[in-house]
Amino acid sequence: MTEIRVLSATGMLGSGFMESSFERGVSLKPHVIGCDAGSTDAGPAFLGAGTPYFSNEATKRDLRLMLKARDKLDVPLIIGSCGFAGGDAGVDWTRDIVLEIARENGYKFRLALIRSEQDKGYLKQRYREGRILPLKPAPPISEEIIDRSAHIVGVMGHEPITAAVEGGAQVVLAGRATDTSLFAAVPLMRGAGAGPAWHAAKTLECGAAATVQRKRPDSIFAWVRDDHFDVEPLDMDNRCTPQSVASHTLYENADPFLITEPGGTIDSYGARYEALNDRAVRVYGSAFRTADRVTIKLEGAEFAGYQSVIIAGVREPFIIRQLDSWLAAMQAKFAERVKELFDGRVGPGDYTIRVRVYGRDGVMGKLEPRANEIGHEVGLLFTITSAHEATSGAIAKSFSHFALHFPIPEWRGLISGLAFPLAPAELDKGPVYRFNLNHIVVPDDPLEMFRTEYLEV
Amino acid sequence: MAKLGDLARLIRSKNAGPFVLTFDIMFDDDDVYRKVIKAQVLTKSRFAAIYHVPEEDVLFFQHDAAKAIKISIPRPYVQCDLDDGDAYGGQQHAPLVEIEVP
Repeated sequence: MTEIRVLSATGMLGSGFMESSFERGVSLKPHVIGCDAGSTDAGPAFLGAGTPYFSNEATKRDLRLMLKARDKLDVPLIIGSCGFAGGDAGVDWTRDIVLEIARENGYKFRLALIRSEQDKGYLKQRYREGRILPLKPAPPISEEIIDRSAHIVGVMGHEPITAAVEGGAQVVLAGRATDTSLFAAVPLMRGAGAGPAWHAAKTLECGAAATVQRKRPDSIFAWVRDDHFDVEPLDMDNRCTPQSVASHTLYENADPFLITEPGGTIDSYGARYEALNDRAVRVYGSAFRTADRVTIKLEGAEFAGYQSVIIAGVREPFIIRQLDSWLAAMQAKFAERVKELFDGRVGPGDYTIRVRVYGRDGVMGKLEPRANEIGHEVGLLFTITSAHEATSGAIAKSFSHFALHFPIPEWRGLISGLAFPLAPAELDKGPVYRFNLNHIVVPDDPLEMFRTEYLEV
Repeated sequence: MAKLGDLARLIRSKNAGPFVLTFDIMFDDDDVYRKVIKAQVLTKSRFAAIYHVPEEDVLFFQHDAAKAIKISIPRPYVQCDLDDGDAYGGQQHAPLVEIEVP
């Protein structure tokens, strides 16, 4: 019977794990150590600007322990979605940290870098061929949208990772990859059942998230066999139950039973979850349905302007009872001031000022069922966005002063209607981005969109 | 009358990618899970009405092994667009907490 053992260090590289848990995982002699490093969850800024989510320190701490374990066990270490967004900048950033640790500790290994950032010429060609298709829901796509994207990544499946490990890589730093693919690659390569390999990968991808009560990010372990897998958290105070493992199929997926991968679909309709003891769970009956064609999901981010923000509170009952009309009148009047300010060079179409009202509908916006209720105080978040940093900054400075003293009919004399908790009241936030693709590409083969480079460290 | 929030072990919302919002309503106890389903207080049409989306855009699942109801809808605003106020989509489940279960 095949048995492939997989150690998932933590849910996200840089979020940490307990050394005692990880060491326990190492003592169980895994065939592979894996860790996901990314997501779209924190927004498009990371893909757009190419910046990592966690600090260098946090990422280095986790990688140091993983590389040490890898050196001891001589098994592959696979990191997916390097640098959070998985763009080339994220792969390079992670590579530099790995090289630094290797230098400090005298580690030697074959390193594979798999880049997933997409060439715009390639994507436009595939678009013209009708081989870029929308998911539901998807924003519009055109060659112009491809051109104006700051960065576009393809989300790889297990195939490029498997190819790198077969190519002798002992450390794999992958660009954007499905969370599951990096955990499924070695079990699939070594002959575990495809259904258990993929479902185990889904269970492992968030570290200790599939447990009853995750107190902090931590490690988890799976034994993947022909027709089932076992899973157990590595903190002896934590446990998996059939329900906690089944529940993890719900996490961050639209559909809890069918999860689409580049090469097919993880199908957990037939999965049966059994307690092995009070901490470990066995899962039978998961399937992987191979698709008749490979599809690679795209993630794109485009520049949406430079933003400045103003945070303010309002406590005055007369203002609160006419809040919307006060804010609308203030903005309408301010448009005249913008004309003066820029001598007509900046018009109403060149910037936006949006205000979010916390204490009423700040969190849910148009979906708030209780938007007719308002508290005795509200928080206001103004966002000022335009194509130029200097314009947004200048508008924000004038607007906060203008808004502060904007009158209401009840009072005669100069008022100060906004309570600013910060000084200066305006914060320049820099460039902001928007997600602009929810599409799949139909490539000729699962490797063509990804570039692998080997380094002897 | 009990509220859904008192009966569930966890009610949460979360992004499922930048364009989809998903809601998990999970129970500890099989009887309570069955009771909530039987009460028909949280159905595709009820959810569509609360969240102002057409019923055909609502994906609705019952997951017996997880003792959970799961619902997914297109995100009301694309994640982190100018009008979006919830990058992780983690605070959109609040109206579900207050649903009354007879």
